[in-house]
Amino acid sequence: MSTTIPPRERPRQDARPDKPAPARGRKGASGNRHSQRWLAWVFLAPTILGMGLFTLIPIVASVVLAFFRWDIISAPSFVGFNNFAEVVQDPTVRVSFLNTIVFVVVAVALQLGLALALAIMVQEKMPAWLRVFFRSAFFFPLILSAASVSIFMRYLFNEQFGVVNWLLSLVGIPAVPWLTTPGGSAAVVILVYVWQNFGFSFLLFIGGLASIPVETYEAASIDGATGWRKHLHVTLPLLSPTTLVASVMAIISALQVFDQPYVLTRGGPGDSTRTAVMVIFESAFQRLEFGQASAIGVLLTLIIMAITAAQFRLSKRFVFYQ
Amino acid sequence: MTTTTEHGLASGPTPRLSAGLPAVRTNGRKFSWNTALRVVLLLIAAAVTLGPVLWTLSTSLRSPSESFKLPPSFIPWNPDFTSYSQVFQQLNIFLLVLNSALVTGLIAVGQMVSAALAGYAFAHLKFRGRGALFSIVLATMMVPVQVTIVPVFMLIRGMGLSDTLLALILPAIPTAFGTFLMRQYFLGLPTELAEAASIDGASPWRTFRSVYAPLAMPGMAIVGILAFNFHWNEFFRPLILTISEQNFTLPLGLVSLQGNLGTGSISVVLAGVVLSMIPALVVFMFGQRALQAGLTAGTGK
Repeated sequence: MSTTIPPRERPRQDARPDKPAPARGRKGASGNRHSQRWLAWVFLAPTILGMGLFTLIPIVASVVLAFFRWDIISAPSFVGFNNFAEVVQDPTVRVSFLNTIVFVVVAVALQLGLALALAIMVQEKMPAWLRVFFRSAFFFPLILSAASVSIFMRYLFNEQFGVVNWLLSLVGIPAVPWLTTPGGSAAVVILVYVWQNFGFSFLLFIGGLASIPVETYEAASIDGATGWRKHLHVTLPLLSPTTLVASVMAIISALQVFDQPYVLTRGGPGDSTRTAVMVIFESAFQRLEFGQASAIGVLLTLIIMAITAAQFRLSKRFVFYQ
Repeated sequence: MTTTTEHGLASGPTPRLSAGLPAVRTNGRKFSWNTALRVVLLLIAAAVTLGPVLWTLSTSLRSPSESFKLPPSFIPWNPDFTSYSQVFQQLNIFLLVLNSALVTGLIAVGQMVSAALAGYAFAHLKFRGRGALFSIVLATMMVPVQVTIVPVFMLIRGMGLSDTLLALILPAIPTAFGTFLMRQYFLGLPTELAEAASIDGASPWRTFRSVYAPLAMPGMAIVGILAFNFHWNEFFRPLILTISEQNFTLPLGLVSLQGNLGTGSISVVLAGVVLSMIPALVVFMFGQRALQAGLTAGTGK
């Protein structure tokens, strides 16, 4: 019954004893290498061509464009560093960069602090189903669209009929003018952003905590470390590589914030919640100053690169690698 | 992938030696208070994260005139579907869903295929300049989309694609992160498979097609889920690259609906928001693990 060998397997069985034959083997290998190279470039073509066209050329074009004045209608003219000079002196641009920095500092601190505290609490002893519930709950906002989230949050923070002010009124706090005052708007943008994004840092911290060996804690508790002191002296140092990655990623994504302030406040009142990316968007697609928009983009990229580099330098000093 | 490890951080007084001593009993009692406090804090955090979503769902099921009345509703006791029929009148939901599905689906499929091919080339095919090319691909991840959007907008105009769905699809297909993910995935598969296949006389193409590609499906699924989740929710690029309403995607349509309706009929806008969340919910229910694995890929060494 099983004696018949399917025809396509027969040559394979014949080929094996032949394999040591030197001439055949060498020829096969070099032919293989040649076709590997050929195949590699075919496989890479969609990605490499696409990236060249839609990422690399635009990066170069963006830097070049930063030195030109161009409104798409008339021909571009070279203006040297004028765009940068104008941008740096423009009060709206300045306040937007300042807003962005304040936003990044506050939002990232809140996001990381909250994520770390919750991750530590979730990893401690509790029923497995409860842990799964908490993890899913904290992860959930990440799958929503920032635009949709901002839409419903705008209602929740409404001064007259918003749920947030209603809850505050239950404990006797008078209605807060969230979206109509500069401070209130900034607070809402930060809260909504952190609400949606802390789950990502939370996931990273959960992964980091899982990689700390249990024996370390046993040793620490034998040495008499308990409760929060244990976390201060064991968890925090051992978690520092994760903290570095989490903070780099949180800062880079916070520097690019756009959806939340655009939908929640359109940058207002005044310029109080205008961010760097909103200014790029407005100067390019509302005022058609493509050169200036590129100059702002180049500045933002330089800031991102500088922060990334600084963090990795700092990490050499403060991060504890096992 | 995150796996649960019990650290035994709070698993009570460690030394069994001292069991029975009065000190341990107070310790034990204090400890259970700690646990209770911890769970209460976590429950509050979970309520803050899930509450707004429950309110959104529940309010979308109130009648438009009831929707802004206080006290708010978090559980739809007697659902009213007026807002859902109204949102279909106010917005061309079918077109928005169709546009979003087309854009997101084609980007996801394009990313899965192109990332699998490129990832395989970087992992298992030998060619000159492989390391340098891979570094360039990785470096493009650092450049924010907002910086390249102006030249991309002009490129799209030059190609005659402005205000089309292709303008959203084409630039999103090459994916550095997906390529990185698939390379890692292929590196995780044993190289003996390729050796065995080439001894059997299979060409590099056949080795990929019949040995590695079928094994790479889980990796491709992660790339696809990530792409779907990201681009279904995307707002910035559609805002810039589409102009006429017939090319809007869901998030864009909803934001413009909120702008048009103001605060008059909250529940209608929220009905649209709830409808737009359905695919994300499906991903959450069936692909949460894959999504988490993909999001945190490459962050831990």
